[in-house]
Amino acid sequence: MKTLRVMVIDDEPGTRLGISRALHDFRPRLDEVTEQIDYTVTEAESGESAIDRMRDDPPDILLVDYRLPGISGLEVIEQIRQRKLDALAIMITAYGSLDTAVAATSHGAYDFLAKPFTPDDLKRVIGQATVRLLLARQAEQLAEERRRARARLIRVLGHELKAPLAAVEGYLRMIRQRQAGNDLPAYDAMLDRSLIRLDGMRTLITDLLDMTRLEAGRRDRVLRQVDVASLARKAIDTVMPQAAARRIAIRLHATDPTTMLADPVEIEIMLNNLLSNAVKYNRDDGNVLVTIDGDEDRLCIAVADTGIGIADRDLPGLFGEFTRIRNEQTCGILGSGLGLSIVERLAGGYGGSALVHSEPNVGSTFTVALKRDCSATDGSWTSSTGSSSQPI
Amino acid sequence: MNAPHDKPIILVADDDEDFLTQLRMQLEAAGYLPQTAQTLDDARRIFDSQTIDLAIIDLMMEQQDGGFTLCYFLRKHDPHVPIILVSAVASETGLRFDAATDEERSWVKADVFLAKPIRFEQLHAEIQRLTGPYSRRVTWS
Repeated sequence: MKTLRVMVIDDEPGTRLGISRALHDFRPRLDEVTEQIDYTVTEAESGESAIDRMRDDPPDILLVDYRLPGISGLEVIEQIRQRKLDALAIMITAYGSLDTAVAATSHGAYDFLAKPFTPDDLKRVIGQATVRLLLARQAEQLAEERRRARARLIRVLGHELKAPLAAVEGYLRMIRQRQAGNDLPAYDAMLDRSLIRLDGMRTLITDLLDMTRLEAGRRDRVLRQVDVASLARKAIDTVMPQAAARRIAIRLHATDPTTMLADPVEIEIMLNNLLSNAVKYNRDDGNVLVTIDGDEDRLCIAVADTGIGIADRDLPGLFGEFTRIRNEQTCGILGSGLGLSIVERLAGGYGGSALVHSEPNVGSTFTVALKRDCSATDGSWTSSTGSSSQPI
Repeated sequence: MNAPHDKPIILVADDDEDFLTQLRMQLEAAGYLPQTAQTLDDARRIFDSQTIDLAIIDLMMEQQDGGFTLCYFLRKHDPHVPIILVSAVASETGLRFDAATDEERSWVKADVFLAKPIRFEQLHAEIQRLTGPYSRRVTWS
């Protein structure tokens, strides 16, 4: 239950009482808002006393009479606008003339209510104002979340890119100064490490670009029937060099039908991220099993490894941006920390989610269950905070 | 504390492998005995098993404040060891990394803060100041 505060500013006690009574038990049925709403009403006889009370007791919706003793209703509304209060104002006027309405809205009123009005008229206007207010607040909250996420991105970007830059720069200086004398293999080692760090930077930048593209919504998303098994085979080929270097075997077990309506690039990104993790966090001579199955409605992709696993305490937040589990076993493993958050976001676009099951030192299994036909839903993205935002 | 003619043993703790490699080479060339640690546990193993003369610790190793945690345990173990905290994040987080006042130093339990990337000349000067014969010995409680 959410209670909104309504302030009535009118010098006629009859009007104030009437409005109080009408809104007392009013619980609007609003399509756009899921919460139950009710109202508490406070009263003020004049603009001055209203403005005074607003300071300590800020209202959400105001009903302001056009004709007030002292400062006018328009003045009050103007004050609300100037103080940038998070509230909507509705002007009550006995002279329902066009001029008054125009004046009110130009001063910042959201709507107006012409006297005489019935309780139903009042409830209708209040209901509309409620929807408008709550949707605007929701939008502002999303915008604020986005701002915070962006600030965090920039902070982490700064840190995560500076480290490899400093490493490469350090090695170049040491080579330039012949710090290892005539020991050529030592210089080779420095060059190899530099290339590895640069590769890490490239991965980070690529992942970040993927992330920002996902956040903006993909305008050019192309949905067609894709064979996930063949995309999986392609992804396995991509990761084979790294796997072979450590003698890690990768198997694919696919059960027909393996087709779904999807953008092949998105499925590839998901598979590449999951497979890359399965190899990176695996043990030498380990195994990776990719399973594709499902039912009529959904296609499930599972990637299981025989790797270092994830402790229970590290599971919450695992799919968050830049989350990387740092411990003795993982300290040599490079990554952007964005892979899983990308997977989760993409899965959301197919009405699905990403799940993990893991046992330390035994292995981990990551599963995504995707709708075979996501066009039945509105295809909206699920952000990492769980709220929905429409693609642009 | 090692005898004055021995090479000072310096613990370097950072999760960046290349930072450790580079600093190790530079410290060895400058006549020190570096002991490197890539994790908090490794670092503790080092100072538990031998007397170190100075520690260089990365602020954000392993966790957001892994470096602070390590400082705390090191101080508990040996209140006399000078500590240099290094970090890449000073400007972004707005942390002011000049622990000039005793109050700031006592809160954070490090002697010096240096921002990455480290200039070795500056680091070397600080090491000499902190381990030389006239260095101040402050006991942290």
